[in-house]
Amino acid sequence: MSDVVEKTLTALPSLLSLDSHPGSAKLSSTSKLGNLIRGITELTSKHEEEKLIQHELLAIKEQVSSPNTTMRQMKELMVRSIYCEMLGYEASFSYIHAIKLAQQGTVLEKRVGYLAVSLFLNESHELLLLLVNTVLKVGVGLHNIHHTMPKREFRIFDCRVLCSQDLQSTNLIEVCMALTVVSQMFPKDMIPAILPLVEEKLNHPKEIIRRKAVLALYKFYLIAPNQVQHIHNKFRKALCDKDPGVMTASLHIYLQMIQENPEAYKDLTPSFVTILKQVVGGKLPMDFNYHTVPAPWLQIQLLRILSLLGKNDQSTSEVMYEVLDESLQRAEMNHNITYAILYECVKCIYTIHPKSHLLEKAAKCIGNFVLSPKINLKYLGLKALTYVVQQDPKLALQHQMTIIECLDHPDLIIKRETLELLFRITNGQNVTVIVEKMLEFLCISEDDHTTIDLVGKVAELAEKYAPDNEWFIETMNTVFSLGGDMMQPDIPNSFLKLLSEGFDSVEEDRKLRLFAVNSYIPLLRGEPGKLPQRFLQVISWVLGEYSHLREDLEPAEVLSLLAKLLDMKNSSSETKSWVLMAMTKLCKGGADASVTQEVSETYSSSLDTVLRQRAHELQYLSQDPELRARVLPRGAKPETLEVDSSLSFLDRFVSEALAAGAAPYKPPHQWQEELDQSKALSLEPYGLSLPISMSSCSITDRQSPTLLSMSSGLSGDSADLSHKGGSSALKLDGIKRVWGREGYLAQREPVEEAAQVEVPSPIQSPGRQGEGDSLHSQTPTQTPTPEPEQEKQQLASSLFVGLASQSSVSLMGKSEPTPQRFRRKAKGQGLGSSFNANEQISSSLISPPSAVDNLLCNNLLDSNNSSELAEQTSQLSQSLTTANGTCHAEAELTESDTKGCNPALRRDNCVVAAGPGPHNDPGRLTEVCLDSYLPAELSGLSHSEIAPLCANQSLNLSACHVQKEDSLILVVFIMNSSESAIQQMLLQVDSEELEVSCLCNSLAGEVTSHSVAVGQYSLTVKRPAVHVEVVGTVSYQLPAGTSQSLQFSYKVPLTSFIRPFVVSTEEYGTMWLSFSHDTKQNLTLINDNQEPLTATLNALKKKLQLHVVEVIGMEGIVACRLLQDLPCLMHCRVNAGWLAVWLRSPVPDLPDCLIYHCQRALQSL
Amino acid sequence: MIKFVLMVNRQGQTRLSRYYHSVELSRRAALEADVVRYCLSRKKDQCSFVEYKDFKLVYRQYAALYIVVGITDSELSIYELVHNFVEVLDKYFSRVIMFNLDRVHIILDEMIQNGHIVETNKSRILAPLTTIDKMVDS
Repeated sequence: MSDVVEKTLTALPSLLSLDSHPGSAKLSSTSKLGNLIRGITELTSKHEEEKLIQHELLAIKEQVSSPNTTMRQMKELMVRSIYCEMLGYEASFSYIHAIKLAQQGTVLEKRVGYLAVSLFLNESHELLLLLVNTVLKVGVGLHNIHHTMPKREFRIFDCRVLCSQDLQSTNLIEVCMALTVVSQMFPKDMIPAILPLVEEKLNHPKEIIRRKAVLALYKFYLIAPNQVQHIHNKFRKALCDKDPGVMTASLHIYLQMIQENPEAYKDLTPSFVTILKQVVGGKLPMDFNYHTVPAPWLQIQLLRILSLLGKNDQSTSEVMYEVLDESLQRAEMNHNITYAILYECVKCIYTIHPKSHLLEKAAKCIGNFVLSPKINLKYLGLKALTYVVQQDPKLALQHQMTIIECLDHPDLIIKRETLELLFRITNGQNVTVIVEKMLEFLCISEDDHTTIDLVGKVAELAEKYAPDNEWFIETMNTVFSLGGDMMQPDIPNSFLKLLSEGFDSVEEDRKLRLFAVNSYIPLLRGEPGKLPQRFLQVISWVLGEYSHLREDLEPAEVLSLLAKLLDMKNSSSETKSWVLMAMTKLCKGGADASVTQEVSETYSSSLDTVLRQRAHELQYLSQDPELRARVLPRGAKPETLEVDSSLSFLDRFVSEALAAGAAPYKPPHQWQEELDQSKALSLEPYGLSLPISMSSCSITDRQSPTLLSMSSGLSGDSADLSHKGGSSALKLDGIKRVWGREGYLAQREPVEEAAQVEVPSPIQSPGRQGEGDSLHSQTPTQTPTPEPEQEKQQLASSLFVGLASQSSVSLMGKSEPTPQRFRRKAKGQGLGSSFNANEQISSSLISPPSAVDNLLCNNLLDSNNSSELAEQTSQLSQSLTTANGTCHAEAELTESDTKGCNPALRRDNCVVAAGPGPHNDPGRLTEVCLDSYLPAELSGLSHSEIAPLCANQSLNLSACHVQKEDSLILVVFIMNSSESAIQQMLLQVDSEELEVSCLCNSLAGEVTSHSVAVGQYSLTVKRPAVHVEVVGTVSYQLPAGTSQSLQFSYKVPLTSFIRPFVVSTEEYGTMWLSFSHDTKQNLTLINDNQEPLTATLNALKKKLQLHVVEVIGMEGIVACRLLQDLPCLMHCRVNAGWLAVWLRSPVPDLPDCLIYHCQRALQSL
Repeated sequence: MIKFVLMVNRQGQTRLSRYYHSVELSRRAALEADVVRYCLSRKKDQCSFVEYKDFKLVYRQYAALYIVVGITDSELSIYELVHNFVEVLDKYFSRVIMFNLDRVHIILDEMIQNGHIVETNKSRILAPLTTIDKMVDS
């Protein structure tokens, strides 16, 4: 250990030492804070602490309000307040004094005032701003604010005033303090007021001021990226600053921006590489070193930036290979911090486009981590392995014995991380062993979060890889018992769904269900009181549906077992309702009558209305077997339920009520926001809010009756959004459908419902293979090894089986490949359409590329001016998509024809990707040809460049998006680049911001060698964001039986979702009033010889497909919608050389996103 | 991303806390107690990184003082950042630091902002504070 550490260790006990040191220049324990701290340290109970602090707070309160308190004393009081709040006791009375101190104190007092402000206050909500503005407008000064306003309201106002005062100070240290607090917390609405002051500081001669100004801009970027959109050139300047500190500060902004949109910053890659090279090469001043390592945290930051830039991008990755190699070599010193750098380096190497010799070195490096005796490094090694095994499962094989040791490690954290690693390498052959290990861990883990997480993983693995029915049911039983009521509700849901939907073989379905029934009966006979509620619900449902499969089981016995659950005092009413439903399905009258009669009588007077309803159902249906058979047909397939989340059946009621003079419904948040807005309109102290006069629309009457229909329609929409994905067909399964789109369905023929039952769709799961329980029957190794060692080797062989194609690597013989048995249904697509749609395979799409297409591509590549042509083409097609607002596919085609562009060329936008470079790269070639795999119905439409997503040794994934008038289609191309067929291909696509629905999935499960499968997804926006992204997973099996998966992400610009929204000025006016989310901003006007407003609006129309509703004089109104139906209105007004725009929408964040894209669009002109 | 920095003694009493994401005042005490319990229960030879809820704790012990950082990534670099912080404290304070809560905060503010590491160069971290000290003295 170094001297520094020892020195530190000797000095640090004084952190706790309570002795006073009169010689010390700083505060000593004789101070009041010292007394307080000592007092608290000596206390033994929480109660005493509370008493002491309350007493202290009273004393502080008294002193702060005394006029005789000096600033020096005030500083001391503030530190004591900070201490009290730190211990959890609110000292809100001191907040105003903290601000005062920051305003009036001299240096140290001021700094402590700022510190207290930043510790006490948070960036609160908009409501405060209104009050702040109001106060500002009527000119109430700071001194009497705290008499008239509740405590939190003045905060933001003061911050701004303070900061701007101090920012303009000639005292460096004051400027420095102000910038520090600005970069810690700042209200986003106030940014424009202070931005010029901060920008000015970017040119300050002192590095510390420049650095802090950059950090303040970073804060602004974090809280309101569009506010600093226009000063990107200043970020670049900061990146090139001669001072390394300023440059480092700018990297925070760049990391953030690159995370959001790596494409835009690829050109900076060489700069980042050069910086890293200089840092690694020791070009920085010595004081940047930490334990002789040059600026390690800076290196880590740069490595992260590089990995984001190099991800899925070969040419960018190539730029950084050299510096990564150098980083690996330089970081050889044996110190933790060099390992931290190495770890980041390894992650980077495995993230960017692969380079074999770097991968080798990185793998060796991981070995050093894993084999290190230092436990922290071992942990990191496991984490690194977990990260890389998906690309290179063989690495896990290399370290299998270490992994096994870690699995038995006394430190649970290490064990847990090892399980995480094993989870990633699970396949059909090792699933039983890995799940066993996970369940063992679950039994000893006490942490709820870990339990929830692991239970979910076990359930996932069980569904994916279960070797047989018995194992599956038993594993799920353990999952339900251990996971209890904490686990994610989708686990029991998807389990029941799996049971009810069944597979391709009726006999198999029967066996699986019978296993479940057989395993539950003993549980109920035992001590059901110990089982979690969720498990009891699952058991009830399964017994209700399938207990008849067991012939030796009398329904009467099942009924009495279920009835016993009702009597348990810890059964929740939800469980009871499941039990009653199950009993309803089982009762037949006769011998069972007495039990059901008793139960239904007990609960028909229950206070719980659901239970009461169930009890009545039970009563009636048990007496009428014929009705019961129709309502609850035995063995019925789950029907597709449509949930009318917009409550459209209430429309008549609503319109009648409205006609009778009722006020239109508004969701609470809308009320709140309208309230805010009505106040917001009156104040514009900073000249930011635009003076808007909506001359073209009449705003006067906010309660105008035309508003009614609109707002009720909107509330319906929002209900739609919030319910999406929640329509689980499962829970309602087997229950009579009572409400439907047309209203109450009671009068309708029940037979009709039976007829709606879907024909079981052929599921992709392959035919059954032998009852593969080979994993349990391992043959011992031939080599004589000591007992424990042999055990470990056995474990190793069962854990790492199926990871490598050559059997020699695994210690024992390989097992037969096990097909994937169960498959999780796509989430959020409750209608089950996504993967059952597999039968719709369009064979033409997966057939090998036709010779004609190949020829076409090759010809294009060979032509000398191909890139030029392509560029022209892409420009042309871009202008076509945007030029005519309606975006008709046909219109585009004809137009392109008339312009004399060869249609064949036009189709092939992605020639750009191939570029003019050498054509010897087969990967590139396939990219070009992918165009021909575009589904026929889409091939006429303009599509984005087909971008490669990711690839491994067997698959190449690419994607593009196609703009249609009413939808945006994502097309994913999966090319099997290996020599053998790939089986059980499953593609899942999801997104946080988007609603993804599968249109057509040609993935038959099997993709033959060198052919391409195509998946089509329709995307609509559910939550607008500046950049939206879809993430997906392809899972598949190699012929050798190893399961693999490949993850990808694909970014779609929000602009692709924008469509013109054609409305009349009157409609616009009505809508304008009913929309509750808005934003305002000044945009640059285009000043060519045309009229500036028209020119700017036309440019926006062309770029973003907006619809210009009307232009009157200096004002214009514009409308657009985001697919499907998220409208956004824009009011533009020319004001002092700027285009003042005001956007409104019913959708949160949409105005902000749109303004961002408007800015981008105008910038790029 | 750093979620919070805590300094606690062996009795579990908080000596300093700084949050970089909003946690209600009323919930902080419980969170801190929980975090301390996790770290104190660990042995010397165990890993310094602990999974806690949906994030991780990195902790280092200096005599009877524990410094705990709640993070979402890069365990080892934060582990060393803690040591860098301690070295800076060591460089600035000759003896007792606990009664100088304000100055420790000021130092920490120079190093971490918005949950990100903004400065690690020791002399630069201390520059504003030493300037203030000089102005106070004169």
